[in-house]
Amino acid sequence: MPKGVLVDTTKCIGCRACQVACKQWNGLPAEETVNRGTYENPPHLSGKTFTKVRFTEIEDNGRLQWVFTKIQCMHCVDPACVAACLVGALQKRDDGPVIYDKGRCIGCRYCMMACPFGIPTFEWWDRWPWIRKCTLCVNRWPGTDQEPACVAACPTGALKFGDREALIEEARERIAAHPGKYVNHIYGEKEVGGTSWLYLSAVPFTELGFPNLGEEAVTVNPARAMSAVPPALVAVAALMSGIYWLNKRRQRMSTARAGDHQAKEEVTK
Amino acid sequence: MTGHEVAEERRGFPFGTLILSAVAILGLATVLYRYINGLGAMTDLSDGRAWGLWISFDLYCGVALAAGGFTLAGAVYIFGREKYHTVIRSAILTAFLGYTLVILALLVDLGQPWYIWHAIIYWNVHSPLFEVAMCVMTYTIVLALEFSPVVFERLGWHVPLKAIRSIQIPLVIAGIVLSTLHQSSLGSMLLMMPETLDPLWYTPVLPLLFLTSAVAVGPAMVIFETTLSSRAFGHKLSTDVLAGLGRAIPYILGVYLVLKIGDLVFAKELSLAFSDNPRTILWWIEVVVGVVLPMVLLSRPSVRQSRPKLFGAALLVIGGLILNRFDVSWLALGGRLGYDYFPHWMEFAVSAALVAWAMIWVIVANRLLRMHEAAPEEEAEHHPAPTTKPAAGRPTAS
Ligand code: SF4
Ligand code: SF4
Repeated sequence: MPKGVLVDTTKCIGCRACQVACKQWNGLPAEETVNRGTYENPPHLSGKTFTKVRFTEIEDNGRLQWVFTKIQCMHCVDPACVAACLVGALQKRDDGPVIYDKGRCIGCRYCMMACPFGIPTFEWWDRWPWIRKCTLCVNRWPGTDQEPACVAACPTGALKFGDREALIEEARERIAAHPGKYVNHIYGEKEVGGTSWLYLSAVPFTELGFPNLGEEAVTVNPARAMSAVPPALVAVAALMSGIYWLNKRRQRMSTARAGDHQAKEEVTK
Repeated sequence: MTGHEVAEERRGFPFGTLILSAVAILGLATVLYRYINGLGAMTDLSDGRAWGLWISFDLYCGVALAAGGFTLAGAVYIFGREKYHTVIRSAILTAFLGYTLVILALLVDLGQPWYIWHAIIYWNVHSPLFEVAMCVMTYTIVLALEFSPVVFERLGWHVPLKAIRSIQIPLVIAGIVLSTLHQSSLGSMLLMMPETLDPLWYTPVLPLLFLTSAVAVGPAMVIFETTLSSRAFGHKLSTDVLAGLGRAIPYILGVYLVLKIGDLVFAKELSLAFSDNPRTILWWIEVVVGVVLPMVLLSRPSVRQSRPKLFGAALLVIGGLILNRFDVSWLALGGRLGYDYFPHWMEFAVSAALVAWAMIWVIVANRLLRMHEAAPEEEAEHHPAPTTKPAAGRPTAS
């Protein structure tokens, strides 16, 4: 059963316990940042920060309101990064997580360019840089009953870890039980073919900085193009051999018929 | 050869070579700095813009601009257009140097260049980049083999010369197949980015657009480089050859244009070209200046018969292609919010140095090897009747 996490942004209080727990569990260093006039910090995900809470200020009935959204790798059902990686350093596990094997990576950064959520990051400062991103704590939960570090740290129950299907069910129920409270949209249920992380919100997701994505997995078009490769290979090889053969034949026949005629043609000037 | 021309050559070269060497050496120093301090220290790349100048220029433009190799080899050996034989050697050499340059650029750009060979042992056949990597690698070897007779000939090694000549046609066909595949796969790579690539450029037929534009720029590059090298090295070059190449370009560009516009019409997205998005300007420059204008120019005999005009039209085709590759891999590709990118001077230094190195090798090759005439014995084989082609000609006028 693929796992997932349901984020109920209406329950998040922006304490960032998840952010800290993630750093602790993954042994990530702190980042030095400057005051940007917001509590949201650091400004971006990075090779030292796999998850962060985004603080969005919105106007709700003339009142200023904060919405907190935790962001991290979405662990897509059909991940662009996995399809992109030429050496298969990124893999999708049957139980949900998209994991990275630095024993294969060559550092081309195609995964960073391909990810529709802008997630993978790079250790730019390092002489031996690797790709870094959320692992869904695969080194915690399979085999044990431990949840991902961020989920375990959440004091309000805004994060819930479980089977993806069951979480979608539960999200539907929550929307149905409080129709006025949530927008009728489970972000991540259908986006780019579905993601392991699922979000509920009181305001439209585009207002929270979530990319507005289609339902088709981004891997569909490249997969179609790649499936045309073997036939194209055969076709081009056959076509070129055929044309070569025809030309040779014609040449031989015309030389046989009129040797001097050809010589005239060859004079290029 | 007249005394005047010798003097001109001597005067012209040292200065140019001096600049080239300076650029080439500065680039080496920059690369050394990169290996010691990491990419972050000498690029403006970031998590928000993970690919920059090197990918756009050295990879995307580099591969496309090296298309002269397979297009010319195809024209001569497969389609039997013997008259282009005189420029085939320089076309193959430029292609070989171009691909070497691409690989060297990747050795700078990759985060873990020492693991580049992982691409050979770990396969993800679903990745367009995997296919590009495989084809670029194999095709570089094919190009080296295709060019090797010129070197063997010079060294007087007859056995390998015979061996390579005997597999020449399979090599040429392999080169065409590999080129078709990876020129188009460079487009497939961008298909993975439907959400970030501007819809005016994003289309499922991107691989075909990449292929046709590369085929079109192949002859344009041959016109460009042979015009320059015939001036620099005093090779004899018949206008007929270059004019013939120029004649082919409008047809290929025509196919490209029909695909590009037809796709937008078919997808009912033509209105995107008239939106107020500032990127549309780039698209219009690409289409009008880089495609339509050279099509119009090159369909006129007066343009094709004039060296400078032909050269200018070829430049337009090349410029249009460069702009297109920059658009799809950078300018029309959205980055992550909150990041800017403008190449660090060291990024420019590396790209410039690679071009300088390629030019140095072109000069060396033209000094040491017979770049413009096929070997006499081959001439004899192919043309039983004597031709009026002067051997190792020098221009009578330029
Ligand atoms: S969010 Fe990005 S990095 Fe994470 S699985 Fe999806 S495509 Fe890969
Ligand atoms: S950077 Fe590494 S993980 Fe990402 S696509 Fe390239 S090889 Fe794969």
